[in-house]
Amino acid sequence: MKKLQSSLTNMVLSLGIIAIAAAALLAWMNRLTEDPIRQAELAKQENAIKEVSPAFTNSPVAEEILTRSADGESAACYPARDNGRLVGVAVKTVSHKGFNGDIELMVGFTPEGKIYNYSVLKQGETPGLGTRMVDWFKTDKNRQSIVGMTPARDNMTVSKDGGDVDAITSATISSRAFLDAVNRAYGVFQQVSAQLGDVTAAETVPADTTALVTNE
Amino acid sequence: MKKLGIILNGLVNENPTFVLMLGMCPTLATTTSAVNGLGMGLATMFVLICSNLVISLLKKLIPDNVRIPSYIVVIATFVTLLEMVMKAYVPALYESLGLFIPLIVVNCIVLGRAESFASKHSPFDSMLDGLGIGLGFTFALTLLGMVRELLGAGTFFGLTVFPDSYGILIFVLAPGAFITLAYLLAIINKIRKVS
Repeated sequence: MKKLQSSLTNMVLSLGIIAIAAAALLAWMNRLTEDPIRQAELAKQENAIKEVSPAFTNSPVAEEILTRSADGESAACYPARDNGRLVGVAVKTVSHKGFNGDIELMVGFTPEGKIYNYSVLKQGETPGLGTRMVDWFKTDKNRQSIVGMTPARDNMTVSKDGGDVDAITSATISSRAFLDAVNRAYGVFQQVSAQLGDVTAAETVPADTTALVTNE
Repeated sequence: MKKLGIILNGLVNENPTFVLMLGMCPTLATTTSAVNGLGMGLATMFVLICSNLVISLLKKLIPDNVRIPSYIVVIATFVTLLEMVMKAYVPALYESLGLFIPLIVVNCIVLGRAESFASKHSPFDSMLDGLGIGLGFTFALTLLGMVRELLGAGTFFGLTVFPDSYGILIFVLAPGAFITLAYLLAIINKIRKVS
């Protein structure tokens, strides 16, 4: 077969057919991967909650509370319950003060308002410097760990600014942004902790209310 | 033997990174660790093989004047497919490579092979060429990532070799990418000259 000439009809036809075939293929694939992608996102969220909360038996994602922090940032809370008793609250917040884009954190609090653990969901800090926030603030060394601190009592700013937390070496901006998100998370925790009491087993939201889960 | 030659050509004689010096942007940006380099290389290899095959099959049906847009549509389709699959099944790797997966569309290696090889050879040979060039690219990126990770963070594919605090931070940052690439190029040119 000879190669097609570059006439107008040929060009329009061949490019058109290729584009339509590509669109069809992509539409089919999009349908196929839609579900796994949603599940992967959900699993990531659940893992983060698991990491920052004591062992729980309910489904915190199903009990998600969407709210706003005092300064208007959107935040989400995930209460963790062990047989109906509230054992922790995971709060997802954001800070816009990052060195390179937003920093998203999941911070876990005990019902008394102590920091239980945290997990970095999203950050674009400098590799080797700011990225060390992933485990820096939970390493028990000098005053760098925030685990076990109570934001109500402790001064959650970097020591350079007169606070109680040691900043990451040569990444003060990232550290400030991190603590900014932690403080915001605590604010949100205070807002919602009043409405989060223990629930008896009967009141526990059944697991099939996944329709409540919103994907952001 | 000739078929093997096509693969080896991409891996050695026309290695996209060390000889052709193509696709430098993902090469320098994504090789902060060996796993990232490997992931980026494999992703590019997948797109190369698929797009080479399809373009070679369609070469008679694409009029010359619209061949570049047609190639780009084919390549972009495969990249988008790959992006969706990665998002669904390897979200962690997808996140660490980030923007550079969609940017494979404009990677000059892919378009370059379509134009210079797939549009002139049989579908099977084109696939082999995609495999060879892809392997060459993967090899180069993994090597670069390995060196940078070892010197910068003290780990080898994530396993600790020496404590993090002895790492030379600059190798993980952008300047380290240029320095490492330059030294690797010098070594490889030296080897090529001897043989």
